[in-house]
Order: sequence, then C-alpha cells, then structure tokens
Amino acid sequence: MSQTKKEMLVDPLVDNNPITLQVLGICSALAVTSSLQVSIVMAMAVIFVTSFSSFFISCLRNQIPSSIRIIVQMVIIASLVILVDQILKAYAFQISKTLSVFVGLIITNCIVMGRAEAFAMKNPPVASFIDGMGNGMGYGLILLLVGFFRELFGAGSLFGVTILQTVNNGGWYVPNGMLLLPPSAFFIIGLIIWAFRTWKPSQVEEREYKIQQVEAH
Amino acid sequence: MSDTQSPDNNEAPKGAIAKFLAASPDSVGKTIFIAVAVCLVASMVVSSAAVSLRPVQEANKLKDKQVNVLQVAGVYEPGVNVTEAFAAFEPHVVELSTGEFVDDQFDPATFDDIAAASDPELSVALDDDPAGIGRKAKYRVIYLLRDDAGDLDKVILPLHGYGLWSTLYGFIALENNGNDIFGLQFYQHGETPGLGAEVDNPRWKALWSGKKLRDDAGDLQITVAKSQPAAGPDFYVDALAGATLTSVGVDNLVKFWMGDAGFAPFLAKLQAGEI
Repeated sequence: MSQTKKEMLVDPLVDNNPITLQVLGICSALAVTSSLQVSIVMAMAVIFVTSFSSFFISCLRNQIPSSIRIIVQMVIIASLVILVDQILKAYAFQISKTLSVFVGLIITNCIVMGRAEAFAMKNPPVASFIDGMGNGMGYGLILLLVGFFRELFGAGSLFGVTILQTVNNGGWYVPNGMLLLPPSAFFIIGLIIWAFRTWKPSQVEEREYKIQQVEAH
Repeated sequence: MSDTQSPDNNEAPKGAIAKFLAASPDSVGKTIFIAVAVCLVASMVVSSAAVSLRPVQEANKLKDKQVNVLQVAGVYEPGVNVTEAFAAFEPHVVELSTGEFVDDQFDPATFDDIAAASDPELSVALDDDPAGIGRKAKYRVIYLLRDDAGDLDKVILPLHGYGLWSTLYGFIALENNGNDIFGLQFYQHGETPGLGAEVDNPRWKALWSGKKLRDDAGDLQITVAKSQPAAGPDFYVDALAGATLTSVGVDNLVKFWMGDAGFAPFLAKLQAGEI
C-alpha cells in the first residue's frame, strides 16, 4: 500500500466510494435516508463501526485463525454495533426509535465486512482505522446527499424544518410522495453514480461484451 | 475488490512476543483460544454497556410514554416538567372482560400491559382479530385525569394494532362521558414517512377531537374511511390520503379496543357512574 494516510481518508469519498463505485451497503442507504437527521446519525454510527472494527481486527490480524476469521470479524463488528445501539437508546431516544432495526443491521452492512476482510486483515491498525473511517465517510456522504433530496422534495423540509410549505399544512408545495418510499433512493443513487462517472470517467467500467462490427459482403 | 484469500501470516514475529503468540494461528489450540477470548471480551463489553446504560434507557422509555399521555390529554407544553405533570394522572389496571379495576392484584405504576400480552397467564389468543395483534392482555393500564374539584375530566385508554408495516401503539383520550373523543395519538409505529406516518400529523389528529364512539342506540359507529358513512359526521374521521392500509389499520384497532373485546365493559361502567 503506497497510499498516504490522507489519500486513504479522502479516496473513498469520491474516487473509490463504497456505494457509488463498489455498490456496497445499498440496502441501508435505501432504508434510512428518508430524512436528513436520521441519515446523519446513521452515517456517524457507520463511521464509528467501520473505523473501530477495522482497528481492532487489524490489531488481531496475525492472531486470527483463518478458519474462523469471518466469525471473529463478525463478533467484533456485532459488539460495536450493539454498543452504538445501546448508546443511541440511552442518549438519542427519539432517533433510535426512527432508526429502529437499521442500527442493528449495520452488522450486515457489506462495507464494514468488506473493509475488514480486504484491508484490515493485511494492514497495520492505524492505517486500517483511517481506511475504515474514510469508507464510513464515503458511505455517509452518499447518505447525506440522498437524504437531502428525499427530505426536501418528499417532505418539503430539511432537518424537520419546513422549507417548502406543503399543501397538507396549507402551503403550496405538493410533495413527491414517492421520494419518501425506499425505491426512490435507487433512482437518486443511480443519478449520483451517473454524475460521479461523468465527472471522473476513469470510474466507468469496461464493457464486458462489445458488439462486433462485421462488414457486409 | 474484496479478497477472499486467507490473510498472510508470514510476517516474522518479533523476539519479545511470547511463544504462544508466535505459534501458527491455525493450530487447533490457538483457534479455540482465540474464539473463546474474542467472545469473552466482546460479551463483557456488550453486557457492561447494556447494564450500565439500562437505567437511562428505561427512564427515556418511561418519559416518552408519559409525554404521550400528557399530549393526548392536551396538557403537554414544551419544557413542562413531565414527571410533575404526569403525577396529576391516576393510573389504574383494568380487567377488560369485567371493566373492574384490579389495582389490588397489580401495581398500576409498574404493570407492563404490552409485555403481559405475550404472557400466557395474563393474555388470551384472539380468534377474531381485526387489529392484527394475535394475543390480547386481559388487563390494561388506563389513566384518569381529574379536574381541580376532583371530578373525572378525561379517561386515557391505550390501544394498538397492525397498520401497513408495523404495530401502532397509542392512546385515545375520552371525555368524562366515556363517549366523546378528545384526542388520539400514537407513540410508536413504523409506518411510511409522509404517508402512513401522517397519523402523527397534528392536522389529522385534530380531526378526532369532538367525535363520538357510539350513537344514541349504543352501537359503535366511529369510522376512519374515505367517505362519510351513513351514521353522520360525528362518527367519521377522514382517512389519510395515500395511506389506505394504515387508515384501515387505525379504523380496525380503534373499533377493536373500543368494542366489546376491548374497553366496552369499562366504558359502560363509566357511563353508569360506577367508576
């Protein structure tokens, strides 16, 4: 790994974003982005879990038997997730009610597992910590972008503060109800991927098949 | 991207590291040791967090419920001391089938009627289950609010039932005649934000105020529907636009809990002046 620490932190934001380039962790990105406040808490929870799970797994990387390495990783990740869940229930009760099961589902977030297996098992703790944090931030960035569009156009508000007065409350804005449903996040993530790949054409994957041009006889 | 190969273990161990650490991680002994050690440490971290944070979590839950009782009774203002304001409410445990208070059997302050619904001793399985709750507790905690003169002002009854995605838990506040609705509020649900979750919209909740449960003949007429039923506007709450299944769920659960399987015996007693 010839990357500097700064590159490790910044790279996953756009150049190697876990959601838009690797297309990991989509499931929770669909579920928790209907409002911005929830997105932020979820993003912070994931950043905490990816960075610390990578750190601890990296500390143990030379001691973890390869036959049970996935289980050991899962135990560490799951413990951290439960810790986050307990803290949210104690100090951010309303938000933990909204997030409900999705905090627990960070355990199954492919990004956490992916970084543990692909990076932390082969790199020293500090580098792993930074890599985990970078990837968590890359995930969080997309969450915030999606949450921004979904809350603004779906509910006419940001952070629960009304921006566009909706018709239901006597205003003029007819909210786009579809944006509040999970599938809309698919469209928004798709558009973000399109924007990123237009901006950075190197992210465009090569075609697996090319239609052959055959000269007519 | 992800590499599924086993990690490379060929880094030479440093001299100071104990012999055990230098041993191949793949030996049986070490595999078992690591498995046990990781599990022990993880379980200690998790259990100590759970135990040390429990009091705060319980307090949050209790406060949340109390705030909702205050809100549904219309006495909540932001910044009010919840515990103090809540002290004005008189909790009682009601046996649903008879409508009698059974405060001598259960402590109303600590009785958990939601947990009781899954206790075979304290609940019954429902054959006719429009609210989609499976089992019903035989006893429920209700709250009475008295005015300054000590006369009954409002009755707060709990209700819950299945909507589209989730069970909605809430309270209904009735006037002292046991028939006029003062308010309805859900404190926990997982309905679609912006559609079903509009059950939390103050404008929709305001529709409940002043409606009546039963007509003069004593038939339960309250309805959540798209168009007004024959019984008239006093018994009709407009359904939520775009949330048909949540509205149907609310309709069912209100009918269920206000009906004979729910609080009807208690309300009959209340109207007869026996409470």
